[in-house]
Amino acid sequence: MSTPYAKLPAWADYGLIPVINLFVAFAVAGLVVLLVGESPVQAATLLIKGAFGSGAGIGYTLYYATSFIFTGLAVAVAFHCGLFNIGGEGQAYVGGLGVAIVCLSFDSVFPWWVNFPLAILGSAAIGAFWAMIPAILQAKRGSHIVITTIMFNFIAASLMVYLLVGPLKPANSMAPQTRTFAQDAWLPKLGWVLELFGASIRSTPLNLSFVLALVMAVVVWVLIWRTKLGYEIRTYGFSPKAAKYAGVGEARIIVVTMMLSGALAGMMALNPVMGDQHRLQLDFVTGAGFVGIAVALMGRSHPAGIVPAAILFGMLYQGGAEISFVMPNISRDMIVIIQGLVILFAGALEHMFRPSLQAALASLSPKSMGMNATKREGA
Amino acid sequence: MAPAAIELKGINKSFGAVHANRDIDIEIPKGTIHGIIGENGAGKSTLMSILYGFYQADSGEIFVDGKKTDIQTPNDAIAAGIGMVHQHFMLVENFTVLENIILGAEGSQLLNAGISRARSELHRLEQDYGLEVDPDAVVEELAVGLQQRVEILKALYRGAEILILDEPTGVLTPAEADHLFRILRMLKDEGKTVVLITHKLREIMAVTDNVSVMRQGTIVATRKTAATTVEELAELMVGRRVLLRVDKGEPNPAAVKLSVRNLTVKDSRGVTMVNDVSFDVRAGEIVGVAGVAGNGQSELIETIAGIRKAVSGTVMLDGKPIDVTGAADPGELRDRGLAHVPEDRHHVGLVLPFEENENAMLGYHDDPKFLNGPFLNIDAIRADAREKIQKYDIRPADCRLKTANFSGGNQQKIVLAREMEHDPGVLIVGQPTRGVDVGAIEFIHKQLIAMRDGGKAVLLVSVELDEVRSLSDRILVMFDGRLVGERGPDATEGELGLLMAGVEAREAAE
Repeated sequence: MSTPYAKLPAWADYGLIPVINLFVAFAVAGLVVLLVGESPVQAATLLIKGAFGSGAGIGYTLYYATSFIFTGLAVAVAFHCGLFNIGGEGQAYVGGLGVAIVCLSFDSVFPWWVNFPLAILGSAAIGAFWAMIPAILQAKRGSHIVITTIMFNFIAASLMVYLLVGPLKPANSMAPQTRTFAQDAWLPKLGWVLELFGASIRSTPLNLSFVLALVMAVVVWVLIWRTKLGYEIRTYGFSPKAAKYAGVGEARIIVVTMMLSGALAGMMALNPVMGDQHRLQLDFVTGAGFVGIAVALMGRSHPAGIVPAAILFGMLYQGGAEISFVMPNISRDMIVIIQGLVILFAGALEHMFRPSLQAALASLSPKSMGMNATKREGA
Repeated sequence: MAPAAIELKGINKSFGAVHANRDIDIEIPKGTIHGIIGENGAGKSTLMSILYGFYQADSGEIFVDGKKTDIQTPNDAIAAGIGMVHQHFMLVENFTVLENIILGAEGSQLLNAGISRARSELHRLEQDYGLEVDPDAVVEELAVGLQQRVEILKALYRGAEILILDEPTGVLTPAEADHLFRILRMLKDEGKTVVLITHKLREIMAVTDNVSVMRQGTIVATRKTAATTVEELAELMVGRRVLLRVDKGEPNPAAVKLSVRNLTVKDSRGVTMVNDVSFDVRAGEIVGVAGVAGNGQSELIETIAGIRKAVSGTVMLDGKPIDVTGAADPGELRDRGLAHVPEDRHHVGLVLPFEENENAMLGYHDDPKFLNGPFLNIDAIRADAREKIQKYDIRPADCRLKTANFSGGNQQKIVLAREMEHDPGVLIVGQPTRGVDVGAIEFIHKQLIAMRDGGKAVLLVSVELDEVRSLSDRILVMFDGRLVGERGPDATEGELGLLMAGVEAREAAE
């Protein structure tokens, strides 16, 4: 009786509310477009056309989505443990180092299907290591993980600059990047899958790591809801006191969860580095680590929500590029504004429309609400 | 006849489809003490929250002194002369009494005028009602009973003619409670109206003029206190006859299972909470620890259960030490046969957002029967949960329901079922019936007696003196971190009450 609102049916909770929030976010974004003197309708059309209107568009949308699935899952795993990992950006960045080390070492030794698992391990291991240090500081010293993971983003950026202008740069090269990997360290593209659906495309960055991302979404679901470790993570996330009572070691669970989170963030590097650019470049993460936070918020930290949320943000990235190309008044920053609005409405104001929706549903179909209520009341 | 101080007509309040208050009609005559009694979740708090403006009723009317009054916020309630003393005090701990009293009623931008006005007003209130308290004392340094008095003064300072007290005696010693009742009677004599919300039948009988019983959101009866009995009220509350006394046979104590020696525990601020405590618990007996909340009982059982670290001392479980000053781990202790029903089931004993079946294995999730390698064996977990639901009559019988949606009594049964069903040698129980309805209390008490009769050692901590007295074979009294006395189950309430208040055992005997 302590909850002021009755429960909504699941379809409204997980389907309707995010859609309403999204709609409001876009409506407000439309107002901003209007303010800069462009037509919101045209912008929306461009956005959707750019993202889904062509095979190439879809390829790019899913390519961006791949990165966001990894980072979104990374944030979600930490959320389940009550930890806010905003270091996905840095963990993904150093994860690229793991990919590059494997690819540079073995690209003329093994075929791609050997290099791929090795690169997965490499990226995950370094990403996990990068998350482990803040985790240990949190577990042993009480240093807040939000602060330390942010700081580690900067450390990662500096470290990578040092490596890419120094040890990793081929001699006589002017660009701060590694040499291009040999073909055996390239991930297969998935353009042919899109062509199966009738799209015609010359080239697409979409690659096999998209499939890995979907596999990891399933793995995360199994981990969180079907393993003992996941049970302990959720216990600690909901109630550290209950976890202690249940004999779940606080330090262990924080460190293990953060390492898993860091590993997932690290794997994001596979997508651009091994799948598209085939070399390690400066700033290849381009904010995907932070977008992961929005994706995890919007996807309610559930893989089934994270995948569509990641695709939505992929669409914003791809379609946004299209808008700024056609409408010079709207820069890429506009897309950042829309992202911000989505985070605001889907995350921070998540419950804004809940009470009125409940009232509306209750008056429309008292029965559907009543069924939930008898469950609650039965005690 | 003068109009009633409060009259509620046809109050309805729903949360979603949960009908928390249903057609409530109640009339509280001026200058009386009116008790409202009911089980947890019966709707008492909701009703009072409506009266105090925390919630708005869906329908119905409120009349104060015969005038229809619209109460939208607590400020409206205060303006209508209604004051409330909450179960959990709403005081700024590091403010003085005076500062707390004028908080929200400062009167002007500058404090001085308000403070001096408050000081003289406070002096008058003290004289009129015997509510002595030093206006310049810092609140956190006051005893709990005095803090409560500050709450009452706060309400009176705002001109309250009607005072609502929500479970006021939960944190008081019997003596402090008696003093509170004296104050309430004095308020009544001055023409104030008092509404007392409680689940303690004894208090209703001791102090009220009239009593209304709530059950499942409705008022099932209103009686003159003088014309009713404890038994009748209990029956009205639960809707069936209840056994208020616990039936138990003679204890049969055997070997020492749990042995505590010179245990000292400090809290995070370095304050000594448990001071050099030693005692034994034998198989086949219930040892009760009585004391006013906050005198170290919580820390004592948390330390034995491995949740909190001790500074010094030893604890032996079955003759083997528990590393209480070092790496004692609740999981390991569970394996050694020590079960623990924690005092705070909402944050410690249960994870409220979990499904019931997930809580039914909390702490025992290492048990191979719940696992397939690293994976959870969902079928086994749910089957086990259903079995416990059946055996302990947990309602609703749905192991997939979110734990937060069970009532307090059923939540406690989930914890008890989990801890008892693993056949522990020693059971530590903190506040087994806090926030639990009368029907479930009876069941829980029977289970504890059954544990004892099954040859288990039970250590019971409760702030409900009646509970400690009726269940325990030996009673230890804790005051200020020390054990100040041991008594048999036949010790009188007065005797225990003095010990709980820190009066030395020798003086108590005189």
